[in-house]
Amino acid sequence: MKVLSEERTRLLFEKLTKYIGVNVKLLIDRPDGTYCFREKKDRVYYLSERLLHLAQTVKPDNLISAGTCFGKFTKTNKFRLHITALTYLAPYAPHKIWVKPSAEQQFLYGHHVNKSGLGRITENTPKHQGVVIYSMGDLPLGFGVAAKSTAECRHADPLATVAFHQADIGEYIRSEETLT
Amino acid sequence: MDIVKEILQREQKKNEKYKPITVEKHLELQIDLGSLLASDTNDLNEKLLKLENERDKYLQELTRDNTQLLLNKIWELPTERVDEAIVVQLPKPTTTLPRAKPVPTPKPLTKWQEFAKAKGISKKKKGKLEWDEQLQKWVPLYGYKKSAAEKDKNWLIEVPQNADPMEDMFAKKASEKSERVAKNELQRLKNIARAKKVKIPRVGLPVTSDKATALQLTTAAAVAKASTASLGKFQDKLPKEKEPRVKGLNELVPGKERKRKAPIPNPQAEKENNLNVLENILKKRPKIDMEKAVSHQIREEQVQRAEEKKNIKPAKGKYKNKSGKPSKFTAKKPKGGKGERNPGKKGHGRKRR
Repeated sequence: MKVLSEERTRLLFEKLTKYIGVNVKLLIDRPDGTYCFREKKDRVYYLSERLLHLAQTVKPDNLISAGTCFGKFTKTNKFRLHITALTYLAPYAPHKIWVKPSAEQQFLYGHHVNKSGLGRITENTPKHQGVVIYSMGDLPLGFGVAAKSTAECRHADPLATVAFHQADIGEYIRSEETLT
Repeated sequence: MDIVKEILQREQKKNEKYKPITVEKHLELQIDLGSLLASDTNDLNEKLLKLENERDKYLQELTRDNTQLLLNKIWELPTERVDEAIVVQLPKPTTTLPRAKPVPTPKPLTKWQEFAKAKGISKKKKGKLEWDEQLQKWVPLYGYKKSAAEKDKNWLIEVPQNADPMEDMFAKKASEKSERVAKNELQRLKNIARAKKVKIPRVGLPVTSDKATALQLTTAAAVAKASTASLGKFQDKLPKEKEPRVKGLNELVPGKERKRKAPIPNPQAEKENNLNVLENILKKRPKIDMEKAVSHQIREEQVQRAEEKKNIKPAKGKYKNKSGKPSKFTAKKPKGGKGERNPGKKGHGRKRR
């Protein structure tokens, strides 16, 4: 487990601020213990100091993962969030989209959210803002990017895409073997 | 009477000196005669084991008893007499011992063997001798007799029609053969290298720009850029040029330091660092959201216009003129010249036809 380099830390935080804004501070500065980001095979893990010490007893070759995987750095050095990060994104996200029960399945199969499936949207959501997508029962289903601002959504036609899909909890089944 | 007593006493003394050959055991011993092994599964007397002065004696006695049992078993086997000595043929050992060395790994296959396995090609058995029709005799597959037979057969080689007539066909054949031998030797060495996982240098022509990979090209570009007197410090950058990210590049590029591994920071310092990085990112974000501001402005304008309309409307009333009748023209037509029209005055510019 490597410490993230300065540049990679910046890339990671830039991506996280897109979804949870200033709340990234709450991930770093936690009252219940010290938590840190570590890198292993280009994947970024978020784990407590205590768990890190335990993980260091394992031979690096044998260690597959420790803590929660937030995402990975691509070959072009961009950071991509994985669905496993949803646990930490959902409680802090300021911008949310709720989907109707009828559109839930479509989203969980990896499709974008249409206007017809839009149940509710946070006021003042700008265009291209990272959003967490909830079911109407307030269950976080995944995250994506707002394709339209809240104002634009009002006048959009029912088939227009409102949010671009990025990750959903259906991936736990669909791409079980690639998630760590 | 004395004699009898004496004999009895002697017997008793003898008995004291030698212990009996029968041993009582709670559980029977497991005896493997082949490896002369007896294993005692009975519980040890812990009381005696704990006593300092009794321990050795107890263990010695236990060992004697068990050895006695083993020897008893040996005596049960059929004995032979060889040169004044009694000999016993031991049976095969039944106890399996763990091996000292690891199990040998199978030999790695050569490239041809791998290919043959994938294609399902099996080796055909060839006879050592082969009948040669031309020479009318049996010729071996290889060896000095084979080469002698070849010489006999090829005392004359026909020059092919389109070949150079001055070329020595024998020399050509010999060189072809030696090339085949060399190729085989190279492949043999390559197989060994592959089996031992040794990196071997590329053979053949060096990579040219049309065949190089992206990684090789970026490396070459980075090295070329740094190959100036000032180590590429004043070299211009291309628009949108990125830092090359190639492993081991810093060792190749002159003037670049090898990256050292950053020391692992203590948790407190790491947290501080992270917070600093985050602070910088948050600072960089625009404080005014342009899109939001524009939409806000548009909305304000719309509201203003609506207000104006509301204010003007009641002043208009239904009919404008005082007579209370609708005029002929309810709305004025827009006019280009702001209502001024002078036929004598010319418009802007000349008339175009």
